[in-house]
Amino acid sequence: MYAYDELDRTIINERVSEFRDQVKRRLSGELTEDEFKMLRLQNGVYLQLHAYMFRVAIPYGTLSSKQLRALAHVARRYDRGYGHFTTRQNIQFNWIKLAELPDALADLAEVGIHAMQTSGNNTRNVTSDQWAGVAPGEVEDPRIWSELLRQYTTLHPEFSFLPRKFKFAITASDHDRAAIKVHDIGLRLYKNEAGETGFEVLVGGGLGRTPFIGKTIKPFVHGHDLLSYVEAILRVYNQYGRRDNIYKARIKILVHELGIEKFAQEVEEEWLQMRDSALTIDDAVIEDIRSRFTYPAYEKLPHMPDELKKAAHDPHFEAWRKNSVALHKVPGYAIVTLSLKPVGGPPGDATADQMDAIADLADKYSFGEIRVGHEQNLALPHVARRDLPALWKALDKIGVATPNVNLVSDIIACPGLDYCSLANARSIPIAQELTRRFANHDTANMIGRLHINISGCINACGHHHVGHIGILGVEKNGEEFYQITIGGRADEKAEVGTLIGPAVPYGEVADVVEDIVEAYLALRARPDELFIDTVKRLGVEPFRERVYATR
Amino acid sequence: MPLVKSGKITTDIFAHVADDAAIPGDGAILISAARFLEDAEALSRRVGRTGVIWPNNRDVDDLVPYLERLAVVALLFPTFRDGRAYSQARLLRERHGYRGELRATGQVLRDQFVFMLRAGFDAFEVKKESDAEAFAATVKRYSVFYQPTGDGRVTALHRRMQLRHSESAGQ
Repeated sequence: MYAYDELDRTIINERVSEFRDQVKRRLSGELTEDEFKMLRLQNGVYLQLHAYMFRVAIPYGTLSSKQLRALAHVARRYDRGYGHFTTRQNIQFNWIKLAELPDALADLAEVGIHAMQTSGNNTRNVTSDQWAGVAPGEVEDPRIWSELLRQYTTLHPEFSFLPRKFKFAITASDHDRAAIKVHDIGLRLYKNEAGETGFEVLVGGGLGRTPFIGKTIKPFVHGHDLLSYVEAILRVYNQYGRRDNIYKARIKILVHELGIEKFAQEVEEEWLQMRDSALTIDDAVIEDIRSRFTYPAYEKLPHMPDELKKAAHDPHFEAWRKNSVALHKVPGYAIVTLSLKPVGGPPGDATADQMDAIADLADKYSFGEIRVGHEQNLALPHVARRDLPALWKALDKIGVATPNVNLVSDIIACPGLDYCSLANARSIPIAQELTRRFANHDTANMIGRLHINISGCINACGHHHVGHIGILGVEKNGEEFYQITIGGRADEKAEVGTLIGPAVPYGEVADVVEDIVEAYLALRARPDELFIDTVKRLGVEPFRERVYATR
Repeated sequence: MPLVKSGKITTDIFAHVADDAAIPGDGAILISAARFLEDAEALSRRVGRTGVIWPNNRDVDDLVPYLERLAVVALLFPTFRDGRAYSQARLLRERHGYRGELRATGQVLRDQFVFMLRAGFDAFEVKKESDAEAFAATVKRYSVFYQPTGDGRVTALHRRMQLRHSESAGQ
């Protein structure tokens, strides 16, 4: 955990009083809605279909139990008793009253949480691997650098009014759980031949209306130069990114229009003029940030404790363990994923009571720490393996032990037309129906890893382009229709999915998905060939033939 | 539109001269970039003080040869949501060493004052009277800053290092 100091706390508190003043001026009419809009967006406040929506940042997906309780408190006190975890390590509350927002922010500030820049045309919450610091084989903890970037991007005086939103993601593992290739800037931490820490920098990835996979702009930027290099990219973008058309304003369009070589050259020229500046991060500063991350005092524990051997006789426990428990870098410990995808539930939602219970379990079993992943699930990152059976019982009791992590019912979905004023179609009911269709754990397990992503409109908050199966809601003659793609993925081999056929009406989506899965089962070379690999090997055509033969 | 300089509302001594109006031989004037570039050499050497209103879609590099002779550079915020002038301001101050008046003009509102100050602006043509009056109070909103810019404010990262040093010195 990163511990805020007095300086961090001061900034958040000053931000809260500033926003309190802005809300007051809006309510008194001194600020017009047009003037206020950008100010509230920069504090995470959207106007949705029914009410204001409030998006709170969970930087690099790390939460303390105290912070999670504060989120539960906000859900209970200011909202309707639940929150929605998003694909960018944020949590959203859907029923907030404008006049109460400053109080909600003040309550969160007490535990070092804020909503700064969770929307608006500025640098957004810096996201990272939810297993950062505990994943076996990780180069080093990427959260040190995420925190440096969090501070650097917070209230930046030059880049708070960019052409469009701007998102960073960082990973330090070979397997990319942070989806860095679909971010405006993606950073892959690694060590060069001299053993120095640095980053492969990718730029111009993004989903939305025009999806692009990020391109490498520089194969190695030394850690010391990270901020100056990032500043050079942002400065080029701030000056030359398009501002005439909101749909062409993301950096991906600038990179695409200039070409990556030309863009890289512009950035390089800018960077060479400022690389030796106050932005250079010296080792002492890095160590200072590192020293404020606390790590658990792990014990020496057995990999196969008696408790685990005994519980292995319970098939339900075993199904959950095999699905939701991952290896930890420290022997005797495990990373446990908590599924927020119960059968029939809206993906990513958690009630205030669940949040409180999870905070208690984190205190008891995970050194008080919780993680949030972009797949809209939570994780307890430091669980002693001997505690797994007891933890499982407790998680099952509160409904977050569905053994479907990474399986077909572990669906990513945006709020869709049920909440969002931008949406063309509903997302949540589609996800709910699919979880019912694939509720049988043995079937889901037999299907294997399969990510379904659903967006209710072209803005792609549900990351449909990079779902193994992607579902996009569109509107056709006043009706909800859905375009379906297959073959997308968001990891280190990121690709945008390919359309499988004509859009289908709301009522047929689940049938089509079932048919795609049927086709896969018939087409796969071996039981362990994953859906995504079968699509890669065969292309879309054999799927199209089978699924659309009778349509 | 009130002008705020040195933290106070003040009278603007620079006359805005339209592109088709005659330029007076002396007296302080503010003219458009297009007008200025027509005869930059002569205009930057006129007896009276000269300032230029520079658009936010033109590189400030074109202005660099004349910076020492300019009394004002006014950068534009066509709407407060268009942040290009922040980059221009920092480049002028931090890269090109411009020390004259750097004026923010256009939709200049209270909630951008701190960002503008940090980017190097020291004069503000403020859209609303009430915002201009609130200038002094507004710029005190923040006391801690994460980013180094040319305004010389110590960043949180460095303040922490200083605190560490003083702690260890005290031990």
